[in-house]
Amino acid sequence: MINTYQHPDERGYYGVFGGAFIPEMLHRNVEELQERYLQIMGEASFQKELQELLSDYVGRPTPLYLAVRLSRKYGTNIYLKREDLCHTGAHKINNTIGQILLAERLGKKRIIAETGAGQHGVATATVCALKGVECVVFMGEKDIQRQAPNVARMKMLGAKVVPATSGSKTLKDATNEAIRDWINHPGDTHYIIGSVVGPHPYPDMVARFQSVISAEIRKQLKEKTGSELPTHVLACVGGGSNAAGAFFHFLDEPTVEIIAIEAAGHGVDSGMSAATTQLGLPGILHGSKSLLMQTPDGQVVEPHSISAGLDYPGIGPMHAHLYASGRGTFLSATDEEALDAAFELARLEGIIPALETAHALAILKKRKFKEQDRLVFSLSGRGDKDMSTYMTAGAERMDKNDHHSY
Amino acid sequence: MGRLSDLFNRKQRNVLNVYCTAGFPDLGSTIPVMQAIQESGADIIELGMPYSDPLADGPVIQASSSVALQNGMTLEVLFDQLRVMRANIHVPVILMGYMNPVMQFGFERFCRKASEVGVDGVILPDLPEFEFENEYGPIIKKHGLDAIFLVTPETSEDRVRKLDALSSGFLYAVSSSSITGSDKNMDEVGSYLKRLHGYGLKNPILVGFGIRDKTTFDQACTNAHGAIIGTAFIQAISGPANDLSAIPAFIKNIIGT
Ligand SMILES: Cc1ncc(COP(=O)(O)O)c(C=O)c1O
Repeated sequence: MINTYQHPDERGYYGVFGGAFIPEMLHRNVEELQERYLQIMGEASFQKELQELLSDYVGRPTPLYLAVRLSRKYGTNIYLKREDLCHTGAHKINNTIGQILLAERLGKKRIIAETGAGQHGVATATVCALKGVECVVFMGEKDIQRQAPNVARMKMLGAKVVPATSGSKTLKDATNEAIRDWINHPGDTHYIIGSVVGPHPYPDMVARFQSVISAEIRKQLKEKTGSELPTHVLACVGGGSNAAGAFFHFLDEPTVEIIAIEAAGHGVDSGMSAATTQLGLPGILHGSKSLLMQTPDGQVVEPHSISAGLDYPGIGPMHAHLYASGRGTFLSATDEEALDAAFELARLEGIIPALETAHALAILKKRKFKEQDRLVFSLSGRGDKDMSTYMTAGAERMDKNDHHSY
Repeated sequence: MGRLSDLFNRKQRNVLNVYCTAGFPDLGSTIPVMQAIQESGADIIELGMPYSDPLADGPVIQASSSVALQNGMTLEVLFDQLRVMRANIHVPVILMGYMNPVMQFGFERFCRKASEVGVDGVILPDLPEFEFENEYGPIIKKHGLDAIFLVTPETSEDRVRKLDALSSGFLYAVSSSSITGSDKNMDEVGSYLKRLHGYGLKNPILVGFGIRDKTTFDQACTNAHGAIIGTAFIQAISGPANDLSAIPAFIKNIIGT
């Protein structure tokens, strides 16, 4: 296809966004990936091992579930793509399984990763344990505190967790530290980036590994409704990997509306937000040109979101292009709206979502859908890791026995 | 071109380039620090433009950048400070920094201002050569600035030749693949520099990363035209009193005068 939203050009550009803005110290590592990722991913033996692990280890395909009570409440048809049922509890493992197989074929002996909510860190630690490879995960000091259960999981899986103490001590800084580590370890180390961010070819590579989500949705929807196409696909966006995966096979289907939901924090204009498309300007972070929250002087702004996985001042270049071109609709949900949505899903459907995911669900209260619409939400992860936030920030909601009000 | 080529025409050995962060330790330190570097006998000043997310820098330069930003340093403030620079600073001055603040300032406006205040060249480590050739390089050249690229021991011969061709002023040889402020095995660095020397490049070579004292400076200079000191210099002026009086002794010790 000549004109596609799915892939960047050969230099990694989606429209004007993307590229590989990296210091020379990273050139060889990145060039090696650029030259080899498509070839390796295309090998029959790679695909065979990947498919086996996705099915027998990750638990794919994940169900596409028609959420009956939620649909009834909002007067439409809501399907949940249950990435929360993947091994380790989120979509992140779709990517880490793919990248560990790639790293193996590149002969790498050591894996590094950054993590925000800890889901990507856990998914990386897991595949490293599976393959018996050394694993170092960088995590912001602030996130280490708010995602304690995931820190323990990574350690139990044998990974070393290194606190990032610079800057805002969250995901952006963990990513800086991972990149610095990669500069210091050329040759033996592969960096498993956790979202569709970073220098080319990462955004494309991660999107391809996550695209299994929408490949399955198409098949499952066809079985359930007779049509492969929903009217709307919705996902939360931190860097944008679960969204890229859920959107991927619908990007070039003009009848499907693509809706990305960002974290508004205390509100888009509150100064405590992570809604990148609303607040960002074109800029360069972590090796690619995209939209970026920054001061007029070009210093990166410290974002805020209640959810560590969305607490990132940038967005993948594919999404910046979807936004700038108008192909995607970009909305946002606040911390409070996300908490409401999480409790709503728990009480209507018996599913406790991750806080990140809850941002996507919050859109149901903010936008009206038609009775005949078929919505597919990427239910990117489960809420176990967020229980302490639900118990503190959500304390009032916890104690209400208000099943009937939902 | 100007001051850099004049310098290397005059001096091919033991060229000392000292890196300092603009607006560090105090907002008003930029010019006094540059002046002290020049007076103490250094040949080139590399002025770092602070950035919130300096990917290629270790903790010492990162910390100096955060302090400078807290002090209120911005590119607007910096160019305002540098307006009077050429009244007293005669050595070549290079601006080093990351692309994002430069893009926000406006790339062409940045080059124009730099040229107006008498800056000689720029080092933008995260500007890739493709974008340089197709978009940014011609703007840098138009304003009469040298563009200096980095090479590392991992850079292939073809690529070294290409980056040399794109560079003017000098070529920045990173001593080993690492961020700033890491210790180096100078024997390995020596064979890498000999290899670079053997290519017969058009630009002089300055070695940076891991040069911290007279011994490492002398080692680096046996196989290159000179060397760059950054982290160790920042440490030297990071004392509790923000005392710039440490500068002459630090630099004179390195060049042995
Ligand atoms: C459950 C879940 N959803 C979403 C995200 C956001 O990442 P992305 O935008 O790459 O999907 C995270 C990140 O940690 C996550 O854990």
